[in-house]
Amino acid sequence: MPPVPGAAPLVALVGNPNAGKSALFNALTGARQKVGNYPGVTVERHSGKLALPDGRIVELVDLPGAYSLEPSSPDERVTRDFVTGTQVGERLPDALVVVVDASNLDNHLRFTLQLIALGLPVVVALNMFDLAERDGLTLDPARLSTELGVPVVATVAVRRRGLDELKAKLGTIIDEGAAIRLRPSNGTIGEDIVTLQRRARKIAAAATVSEAPVRRWTHALDSVALHPIFGLMLLFAILFVMFQAVFYAGADPADAIAAGFDWLSAQVKGAMPDSVLRSLITDGIIAGVGAVVKFLPQILIMFFFILVLEASGYMVRAAFLMDRVMASVGLSGRAFIPLLSSFACAVPGIMSTRTIEDEKDRLTTILVAPLMTCSARLPVYTLVIGALIPNTKVLPFVGLQGLVMLGLYIMGVVGAFVVALVLRRTVTKGASSGFMMEMPKYQLPRARDLALGLWSRAEIFLKRAGTTIAFTTIVLWALLSFPKPPEGSPVSAVNYSVAGRIANGIEPAFRPIGFNRDIVLALIPAMAAREVAVAALGTVYAIDTAGDKDEAKMAQTLHARWSLPTALAFLMWFVFAPQCISTIAVTRRETNGWKWPAFMVGYLFALAYIAAGAVYWAAIGLGL
Amino acid sequence: MDMSNPVKTASSLPLLSLESLPQRQCATVSAIDWAHLSTPEARRLRELGFDEGVGVEVLHRASLGKGPIACRIGRMTVALRRAVAGAVLVSPVTR
Repeated sequence: MPPVPGAAPLVALVGNPNAGKSALFNALTGARQKVGNYPGVTVERHSGKLALPDGRIVELVDLPGAYSLEPSSPDERVTRDFVTGTQVGERLPDALVVVVDASNLDNHLRFTLQLIALGLPVVVALNMFDLAERDGLTLDPARLSTELGVPVVATVAVRRRGLDELKAKLGTIIDEGAAIRLRPSNGTIGEDIVTLQRRARKIAAAATVSEAPVRRWTHALDSVALHPIFGLMLLFAILFVMFQAVFYAGADPADAIAAGFDWLSAQVKGAMPDSVLRSLITDGIIAGVGAVVKFLPQILIMFFFILVLEASGYMVRAAFLMDRVMASVGLSGRAFIPLLSSFACAVPGIMSTRTIEDEKDRLTTILVAPLMTCSARLPVYTLVIGALIPNTKVLPFVGLQGLVMLGLYIMGVVGAFVVALVLRRTVTKGASSGFMMEMPKYQLPRARDLALGLWSRAEIFLKRAGTTIAFTTIVLWALLSFPKPPEGSPVSAVNYSVAGRIANGIEPAFRPIGFNRDIVLALIPAMAAREVAVAALGTVYAIDTAGDKDEAKMAQTLHARWSLPTALAFLMWFVFAPQCISTIAVTRRETNGWKWPAFMVGYLFALAYIAAGAVYWAAIGLGL
Repeated sequence: MDMSNPVKTASSLPLLSLESLPQRQCATVSAIDWAHLSTPEARRLRELGFDEGVGVEVLHRASLGKGPIACRIGRMTVALRRAVAGAVLVSPVTR
């Protein structure tokens, strides 16, 4: 039959988590992949094109890993709906490639049996066959095929072994399936999970020629990685390296990108006469896009580590070690790495919550992530502390300024834990599936899989978050630029603009927490990103903050104009307030709607207001 | 005791929970107290292969206070919290 253009057969790649499904998907489709989203959920749809030996093109979709057709997470629901033909916007697949881990047949065959019972054409990829052999397992794929009643191909995705045979079998079953009319199944299976499990174990036993004791290699590594003392030391050593890399290796490329955008802006300024259009291009679009792209190096470095930790199998071990601490505030050990990443930047932190299976755990983690003191707060903290906190020694080697800085970090962490505890009992209340997960074998991550993973993160960040961020930055630009003051007006452009008028309007609301109008005005552009507050204060006080000398001048100005209670209130505001469009945009993307980002912004502003007010009045009361 | 059989269940011993099973002591699952588990917990436990008669062994215990435990079930390593492990009743196997 000649291939019909536009109607390539649809094949789903499906299997348990840790079956090596994504590696097989990457090996089968190469770089010809598309990452999208299923409607209404934050589950990624990975699809790619695959050429069969006879030249036909097949669309292959990599479904989220699942343990059964009874979904317990949004990911598993997509998998169930897809293979039963009930997923919105998808048709029933023409065939299934079921991926099983050759060294874990007992468990993976249960899901395979459920999938075979759906009645779709199935080929089983007996994956990671080499690791099973290394583990001392001898399997008989032909016998397994007889027992299951479907073709079975031994594969090693990472070494591209067995792929041609798999593609050939896939072609055959698609043809056989086309001969009979496929009907969507309702996904309910006559047998319950226990019966299926027992059948799976019998089949696994029949297909196993001989077996040696399990996974010595992984156990040996685990006795260090999960050790009460060495395990924690190893975890903190890994985290130390990760943060050093994010802060130091990420800083130069970020500066270079910022300098590149500044250069571009200067070129435009040189080439165009001063006009609203020029201002829109330079101060709006270039500055806005630059503010987004600048985060990319740090995000990529952070994700490089996260992907390596995930692919190597270490991430679950880190979660295991930290589960007790996280459980004390109602979160799971899985929340530890995303929250820690948020100390660098909440954006990759929130993006990495996808590794948390439980929806409520994940949502709580996203909502508290902005409370971790990110690197963008540092310039603000440094400026204000340097200007208004006396540089005295509390104890030998313990300076007051450093102590205040540490206090701000601790406030953030304590705040996050308290908020998580409260949320878990109120808005994100519900039975948690706790912490129960498979600990995969250790594996060497593949450069190719890492590269594809990084590419997809960069794409998501730039395309999806980037559009929202660029749009809101342009809106902020408009607020700060219009209307223009009349010629010769004594009022500065910023003060005359809509933002200046908003500041006039809302200033009375901020007076009780010690903020003057200048501060309120600076907070408006700082909604784009916290570090913008430094430049914004400069604009308000008409100081150019480009050089070090000017920063010193800035500190003097603040020292002269701000009282200590006001400065402390300002710092508290920055501990809690959601002054970051990127975080809000990413939260919208990761929670699929405006409801949760709106809630997050609301509670963080409320918290910031209360904390700043409390500190302001406490400081006044103490006569500071 | 019949010494000709290399593997036997010490049926005279009272049942232990997986939580209190000594580390590296092989055992088989004899019963699971489903009433003490939430529905998602029970389902996940089933899906991870916990079932009567399956071999189980505690491999590691997390350090911080009463942290989770890592155990071998069949050919798989699974991490679970102690409260869940407490609902899995096991009988030690002597080799």
